[in-house]
Amino acid sequence: MDSANFEPRIVGFLCRWCSYTGADLAGTSRMKYPPNLVPIRVMCSGRVDPTFVIKALKEGADGVLIAGCHPGDCHYTSGNFRTLGRYTLLQIMLEQLGVEKGRVKLEWVSASEGDKWARVVKEITEEVRKLGALNWDGVVEQTKQEVAECADEKVKI
Amino acid sequence: MVNVTLDGKKIQVEEGTTILQAADKLDVKIPTLCYHPLLDPYAACRVCVVEASVKGKTDLVTSCNTKVLEGMEVKTASERALKARKLNVEMLMAQAPAAEPVKEIAKELGITKTRFEIKDPNEKCILCGLCVRTCTDVVGAEAISFIERGKDRTVAPPFNEPSEACIGCTACAYFCPTQAIVFEDKYGREIIHDELHLGPVTAIRVPIRQAVPMVPFIDKDACIHFKTEQCKLCEKVCEPEAINHAMEDEVMEIDVGSIIIATGYDIFDAKKNAVYGYGRLDNVLSGLDFERLCNAGGPTGGNILLKDGRKPESVAILHCVGSRDRNYNEWCSRVCCMYAMKFAHLVREKTGAKVHEFYIDIRAFGKGYEEFYNRLMEEDVIFIRGKGAEVTDVAETPEEEGKLVVVCEDTLLGLVRRVPVDMVLLGNGLEPRRDADEIARKFNIGCSHEGFFLERHPKLGPVHTASDGIFLAGACQGPKDIPDTVAQAGAAASEAMAMADRGTFELEPITSFINEELCGACKTCVALCPYTAITFDEEKNVSVVEEALCKGCGTCVAACPAGAATQHGFDDEEMFAEIEGALSVV
Repeated sequence: MDSANFEPRIVGFLCRWCSYTGADLAGTSRMKYPPNLVPIRVMCSGRVDPTFVIKALKEGADGVLIAGCHPGDCHYTSGNFRTLGRYTLLQIMLEQLGVEKGRVKLEWVSASEGDKWARVVKEITEEVRKLGALNWDGVVEQTKQEVAECADEKVKI
Repeated sequence: MVNVTLDGKKIQVEEGTTILQAADKLDVKIPTLCYHPLLDPYAACRVCVVEASVKGKTDLVTSCNTKVLEGMEVKTASERALKARKLNVEMLMAQAPAAEPVKEIAKELGITKTRFEIKDPNEKCILCGLCVRTCTDVVGAEAISFIERGKDRTVAPPFNEPSEACIGCTACAYFCPTQAIVFEDKYGREIIHDELHLGPVTAIRVPIRQAVPMVPFIDKDACIHFKTEQCKLCEKVCEPEAINHAMEDEVMEIDVGSIIIATGYDIFDAKKNAVYGYGRLDNVLSGLDFERLCNAGGPTGGNILLKDGRKPESVAILHCVGSRDRNYNEWCSRVCCMYAMKFAHLVREKTGAKVHEFYIDIRAFGKGYEEFYNRLMEEDVIFIRGKGAEVTDVAETPEEEGKLVVVCEDTLLGLVRRVPVDMVLLGNGLEPRRDADEIARKFNIGCSHEGFFLERHPKLGPVHTASDGIFLAGACQGPKDIPDTVAQAGAAASEAMAMADRGTFELEPITSFINEELCGACKTCVALCPYTAITFDEEKNVSVVEEALCKGCGTCVAACPAGAATQHGFDDEEMFAEIEGALSVV
């Protein structure tokens, strides 16, 4: 598929207090941004289990955006710091699996940043569009192969 | 009590009363120069000398520091007393020929000239030392004292050089009986009563004449007592003994069910934009300065006057100072158009001066506002569509000499104009309070990028915040005029009342819970919970969520390695189904 006509599918996990309200503001302010992102509301970005991201990618998403309150502004005091920690580890894991870095992103969007929300969605959509569709089955296949190769090498512990 | 006779009149006074005080009670006037009721008498000028006899012994005494005795007979104007007083005054005339009070007393006593040698015809100081005692005993600064001896004796700071010890309180000048001390800010010392550039004020004062409650306060930064731990003159003169310098600010902790935040706004500081000349050019006033100026309780009693006391003949009013300006604040401050037009009306009414309004757009948005705008045009206010670009006192033509010139682009005429006026009023915009960030953090509420507090929803929750029980009212939420503020405050108050009235509190329905059978007792969740809602039950060997404390963020759910922690409405299965659903649509 050529990248110009490719419409990526992106899942967004938005915290209820900042990012979801910020996205709401972008809407009420009549801001335009690509319709490729489907938002899923969570109470706090700290609720975003890394398996959600994997699940989304498995179900056919080409990219995932996690959005939460700015550090220090979390409605639940410190949830977004947990998100940051998990996201950092998840990025390392995805890289090892062969998923490009640009597909999964973490952004801080406050309730007043409707414009930033629109910009963030635009950016991730463009980036994923450039990367093209995610071949999850290929990723799984390759991982299986690598695992098998490791087994063949008879690594001795 | 002591019985005394004063110039033939009998009086009973308390023990310890001085002759001068007793005479005062009888309305007998004894002239004096160095006596002040707030300071201990020192008898330096010796003008108050009288003749007093006790038990047949007669002597000349100074009345200010001689206490009355039982059976004392005082003659304030006997031949002997007058002779002595005249001699003393003659000596004072030689010492301080220019001192007006000395001349007055001399005139009363019929002295025309002194027999003694005049050293300096311009001298005013009578060397009474009242200033030295004020500085030492009252103020406690000890910045001045007598230096030299005999004929060279004079009052001065140590080594006759500007003293570091002087706090610039001007008390010495205030107490000086002959105005020999004049206070000048010659050495760049701080003048302490310069809080309002519209007029001097004292350290203890009523904030404004319409203040509620009508009680004076002490300005701690300006009060002498807080610099030197002395003075307390106000305590001495306050008869009901209402003044207490030892009073401290008290921090009180009050338990409340809800909080309404109404911290208001800051006014845009026009000094930030030098083109307006605010603080640099005379007669450029900010909106609040002008309010003070035309207030009946203000420095001019409500008369609109220029700094030199003249009435202005023409006035310019600049809109959007710091508002709708990309370099400062982008937002419209809402209130300025209307208050600027109110200023125009007041100036027209009180002075009849020509008024020019420099505006970008007139935003007369409220009830009756547009009508007021029309009325002003009938009152011959000149509206110029164009933002005031510069205020300058540099004249280019003879008409501009001695005037302030407002430079602007008249967008209706398509011309750059220079309008000479006498006074410039600035329509300063509204800004979030400097410490809005701090307040927002304290109450766990949001701030918009401008710094105004964020309501829960612009249309559906205009007084609520993201935190339960915290409400907003007024300009802290965004620029607002008085009617809008009152309306919002009423709504916030009734929301708070409604919460209290209910008597019960609704808990967050979305909470976390732990499946005891799955819990692996790793305690990961216990450490993560920001509300300490999770405790570990040692007996059962599982983590337990206290539902009343749980706010339902779900951080523990995402972290639970055993999948034992779940969140109502957001458990893993529900989330997975939502992800699947979201991706099946596209």
